[in-house]
Amino acid sequence: MQQRRILDEFTINRELLRGNLNTPKWWLPTVLGLLVVVLFGFTLMGIMFNKGVGVTGLNRPVYWGLFITSFVFWVGISHAGIMISAILRLTQAEWRRPVTRAAELLTVFSLMTALFFPLIHAGRPWRIFYWITPFDFSRGIFPNPRSPLIWDPFAIGTYLTGSTLFLYVALLPDLGVLRDRTTGWKHSFYTVASLGWRGNPRQWRLQTVAGILLSALMLPIFVSVHSIVSWDFAVTPAVEGWHSTIFAPYFVIGAVHSGVSAVVTMMALMRWLWGWENYIRPEHFDALARLLIVVATGWLGFTFVELIFGVYSLEAPERALREMQMFTWPWNLLFLIFFLCAFAIPVPLWFFKRVRNNIAMMFWTSILVNIGMWLERFLIIVPGLARKQPFVFTWDSYTVSYLEWGLLLWSFAWVLMLMLLFSKFFPLIPLFETKESQLFTMDVKIGRANMPAVIRE
Amino acid sequence: MVTAAEKVSGHKWGMAVDVDRCTGCQACVMACQAENNTTLSTEDVYRQKRTFAWIRIERYWYGEFPDVKARFIPIMCQHCENAPCEPVCPVFATYHNTEGMNVQIYNRCVGTRYCGNGCPYNVRFFNYWEPVWPKSLRNQLNPDVTVRSRGIMEKCSFCVQRIRRGVREAARDGRELQDGDIEPACVEACPTNALVFGDYNDADSRVSVMRNDDRKYTLLDKLNTFPNVVYLAQVDATEGATGGHE
Repeated sequence: MQQRRILDEFTINRELLRGNLNTPKWWLPTVLGLLVVVLFGFTLMGIMFNKGVGVTGLNRPVYWGLFITSFVFWVGISHAGIMISAILRLTQAEWRRPVTRAAELLTVFSLMTALFFPLIHAGRPWRIFYWITPFDFSRGIFPNPRSPLIWDPFAIGTYLTGSTLFLYVALLPDLGVLRDRTTGWKHSFYTVASLGWRGNPRQWRLQTVAGILLSALMLPIFVSVHSIVSWDFAVTPAVEGWHSTIFAPYFVIGAVHSGVSAVVTMMALMRWLWGWENYIRPEHFDALARLLIVVATGWLGFTFVELIFGVYSLEAPERALREMQMFTWPWNLLFLIFFLCAFAIPVPLWFFKRVRNNIAMMFWTSILVNIGMWLERFLIIVPGLARKQPFVFTWDSYTVSYLEWGLLLWSFAWVLMLMLLFSKFFPLIPLFETKESQLFTMDVKIGRANMPAVIRE
Repeated sequence: MVTAAEKVSGHKWGMAVDVDRCTGCQACVMACQAENNTTLSTEDVYRQKRTFAWIRIERYWYGEFPDVKARFIPIMCQHCENAPCEPVCPVFATYHNTEGMNVQIYNRCVGTRYCGNGCPYNVRFFNYWEPVWPKSLRNQLNPDVTVRSRGIMEKCSFCVQRIRRGVREAARDGRELQDGDIEPACVEACPTNALVFGDYNDADSRVSVMRNDDRKYTLLDKLNTFPNVVYLAQVDATEGATGGHE
């Protein structure tokens, strides 16, 4: 697995700070292009505020559609951060090191994107404050704790706070490096941001302990966030395709599936855009693909069991729902694409070592997974509502409006733009982690024996 | 918060629908529309699949041609005792009052539409647009009923304004509230008396009697929503009662 050459610290600093100390030629045009899309998206939101939710394709009975799908999708993507940086950190998987920051960053930015969707999809978005914050004491009415919609903002808020702290703590040593290599206003900025980091042993100890504590504290969130999102659906006995006790673990493992795939996509992009071949190596893709095979297979099991639970009752509305989901045009096409993209194409490919080590293949397969996982959420949410209970008189369907597609596009541009902006000011690959991992693998010669340079406690 | 007045109100309002009497004339639908300032279900609204009808007549065809029968069933908010729409609302915009009614508080509603998803009967309606009425209808709006703005949910209220007026007038005149004193608009408009409204706590009221009828059933009782609207099954002279809802 060790296919790397040992780099000296100067090379590491120079290469990893490539995006910060110099600006790549493509950076500004790309960011400006994304900014156009983002502004376009905010215009669409303005239209929605002005005219009402009527501008979407939603109707009765399909009260939730693309926005909630995208909300679940982005919360799912956010699970990458905790999976990579917390779980792999606690299990001391060495290969996580170059990926941790990018994964954590993806968590923060995708959560910031996910938050938008339920808020803009509310009928009166200017009134959401007494939904998401229990502050309206004058009326003596607190939000309803029985509703999963109350726990959504709490869970996501906790997750966002924890992830941001985690990101910042891991950023401190690198900010110190940047402070020492910049001048002018940038120097002042990094001086303040690095909180007086000097890299003495006490600071290192505190930083490590804070990192481990934060990753341990965030583990419960790993389970809770997407469980709560799944309860948005699972507590609804009226909707056949939603009311399922398996939803919490099913959604969590689906989230890990899509989140880790998104990390793969991002790693490939980072390797290509900044030329970090020495840091993001095929062995990392190999390890992630092995992890993904396990996760995807577990997820497939849940999908299958969910389906069996549904059909087992042999009730007419449930059968009608499944029939629409799987066999009725155009849902059958979506279902086919979903299944092929989320499992049938990528997972068998990942069994081949040549594919796992081929960055282009990993890039495209990981994108396929996320197309599939988006469709999975769509196929759960919409057909369930469209085929609600046996009253065929109110059965209907849903056509996504152009505005909704536009806002889906906005969400991707928004995340990418935030990432690129971040990459200008902060290193995307942690310098200190890279150096640390090198120390762990270095040998020193003592007499005739080769000893590891650092012994782990 | 339950006020003392609500605790002692002692009413439990309910409705009984004799499906056997329903001719599907839609008079109830029109009466409801006029009484409750419901947005007009114009052609545009219909095409957007966002029609408003706090009470609607569902029409189902039974049998094979030429032996086809049309069956009608009026469906309005069932005012469930165990309503799936209530626990899911994050801001308590919908809750259960002590008179057995599921009530919607427009001021609190933020429009998550979660209750609409939760309702198995699809009788909750969302104002996708700011409602507009043609000039000729503006003076027709009922002053007793809030005109809803866009972005909130609404649904059948059992004509709560009529219930309040009935109770108030009975108190003013110093008499007991009689069965039939209070009639929601749909009940008043029904030409065949298929719809009956009353107090379940009054054992002699017509709804109480109808609730103990052999033909009584409730919609989707497998979901344990315990509706306060009961249905009396249609009786076919040749086939007997066709109870339940398949």
